Amino acid sequence: MKRLKRHSHSLYCPRAQAKRLSPAAALLACLMAAAQATWALEIVISEGWESPSRIAVVPFGGPPLREQAGPVAPIDIAEIVSFDLARSGQFDSLSSDRMLSYPTTSEEVLFRDWRILDMDYVVIGRAWPEANGDATVLYTLFDVNTERQIGASRWSVPTSQLRDVAHLISDQVYEIVTGIRGAFSTKLLYVLAQNPGTDSASFRLLVADSDGERERVVFQSREPILSPSWSPDARRVAYVSFETGRSTIIVQNLDTGARSTVAEYPGINGAPMFSPDGTRLAMSLSRDGNAEIYVKEVADGELRRITRQPSAIDTEPVWGADGNSLIYTSDRGGRPQIYRQDLATSFVERLTFEGDYNARARLLPDGRHLVYVHRKGGVYHIAWQDLERDTVRILTQTALDESPSLAPNGTMMIYATQQGGRGILAVVSIDGRVKYILPSAAGDVREPAWSPFIDALPVASG
Amino acid sequence: MPNAFRTLIMGVFALAVVAGCKSQPEEPPPAPEPAPQVAEPVAPPPPPPPREDAEGNPLDTSGNPIGRTFYFEFDQARLSERDLRVLAMHADYLRDFRNRSVVIEGHCDERGTREYNLALGERRAKAVERYLTSAGVRGAQVSTVSYGEERPDDAGSSESAWSKNRRAVLIYR
Repeated sequence: MKRLKRHSHSLYCPRAQAKRLSPAAALLACLMAAAQATWALEIVISEGWESPSRIAVVPFGGPPLREQAGPVAPIDIAEIVSFDLARSGQFDSLSSDRMLSYPTTSEEVLFRDWRILDMDYVVIGRAWPEANGDATVLYTLFDVNTERQIGASRWSVPTSQLRDVAHLISDQVYEIVTGIRGAFSTKLLYVLAQNPGTDSASFRLLVADSDGERERVVFQSREPILSPSWSPDARRVAYVSFETGRSTIIVQNLDTGARSTVAEYPGINGAPMFSPDGTRLAMSLSRDGNAEIYVKEVADGELRRITRQPSAIDTEPVWGADGNSLIYTSDRGGRPQIYRQDLATSFVERLTFEGDYNARARLLPDGRHLVYVHRKGGVYHIAWQDLERDTVRILTQTALDESPSLAPNGTMMIYATQQGGRGILAVVSIDGRVKYILPSAAGDVREPAWSPFIDALPVASG
Repeated sequence: MPNAFRTLIMGVFALAVVAGCKSQPEEPPPAPEPAPQVAEPVAPPPPPPPREDAEGNPLDTSGNPIGRTFYFEFDQARLSERDLRVLAMHADYLRDFRNRSVVIEGHCDERGTREYNLALGERRAKAVERYLTSAGVRGAQVSTVSYGEERPDDAGSSESAWSKNRRAVLIYR
């Protein structure tokens, strides 16, 4: 079992950074960085792989670079990469203060130093400012056993994108070593609730990097916010807001902040979910008497009713990978279970049979596996199901687990649970071997939604 | 002993009052007379008891508030016999005062998914609405809103908190 605390990382200034500052100045810079992150999530890794790849991400060479002007701590690219890889559970990242040497060029890499430390891989890099104010970053990945370079890239970006470059390095290293596309350059969307049910209730829809950094408010209200989800291009989000006193479905552009109301029919307007091509929104509406599934065209607003179950709740739709079917929760059989309906033929099949409460499914990117909320012995867990073999496995051991959402590479799942009476977010690998939690000091965090792969990222220049 | 004595006195007094009240209609009706009379001013009939409290919530015929919160079993939207008796008083009131309207809020406990609970809260609110309209209240006087599990009455995670949160609440406008 391994514990890694994000905040102890940010408060402990790694050696390379501290070397350039007096101890007092370094501590001050670190404290300011910590104070900036008002709602910052704290990531605690509780379990990992039994034999992860051992990797050393050496502090990058070059002068200190800051993401923005002002009294902020310099960015530590190596620390971001190191923490990304450790969080996956598939890597054991060597702490920089245990390294024997700090190479920043290929010539300086002495493989013997890394074999002594039993490392499988070493990452080195440099970053420096350009005359136009941008920064150039390059990295190289070595396989210690073969003594070969197995990866390298170079970017020139505005300093505000240095963090994006760090996550891109993590993505590349992860993919080269594991063969699976990395998903560190993704975002998390979630709701922070303070004092719900009281007159001082406050709800914030927040977006942050996959490591909890750069958290910012998308929308804030005194009324509940729920069911946030992403458009496939990760530029827009859809969610349910009670800002008018009733549930309405809002689509908001993350770049401009522009909001549009896409559903405010009488009754419930809930569970919005973009189709894989982004042109349609599936949702649950009770405008015709009770909760039914509908599909709305984003462009012209045309509404199509999908389910006709006047005495049943039909909700929580999610699209099949091809956009030709919907998977949703229905209690048409007396209890909530998960069904799949073909949109062309309207053929419906029930997918879940174990237990008397299965709801809010999410489909894995392979289209062959589901995760969903499953009640067993009165306790709510997240279950994983192989749709072809119909095998079911319980993924989470905590209670009141809900809102599962998958990383776009299908390796990790984030969900909401409770700890000490507080709502927290937790992440578990789909194989169940890696777990970490993301509590917030500021209140209940809930309703996480992991973004798709983001295309608008810095492009490598060599 | 003194208590028993006082009770006896009061009992006698009450009897006298009842007897007094009762005796009046039993008096033989006076001979029919032409209408104009009224030598002495008769006290006006007592005003009808108030039907609303200061907040505009309905009162029963004894002037007591009528319960406005109805509780449900887990994952159920069934109203009890007792709930129906209380709702019948709301229906009486709303039939008597067609200018009054009521919003029925539906709520759930935190267990289960938020969207399913949004629909379940609506099912609870609709169960109340259906009873009122079937008892003669006009559809335009009643509307529903579900808050699912988003507005708990008790923010705890215990059986007692959950039982307080599974509710429908009548809000008079």
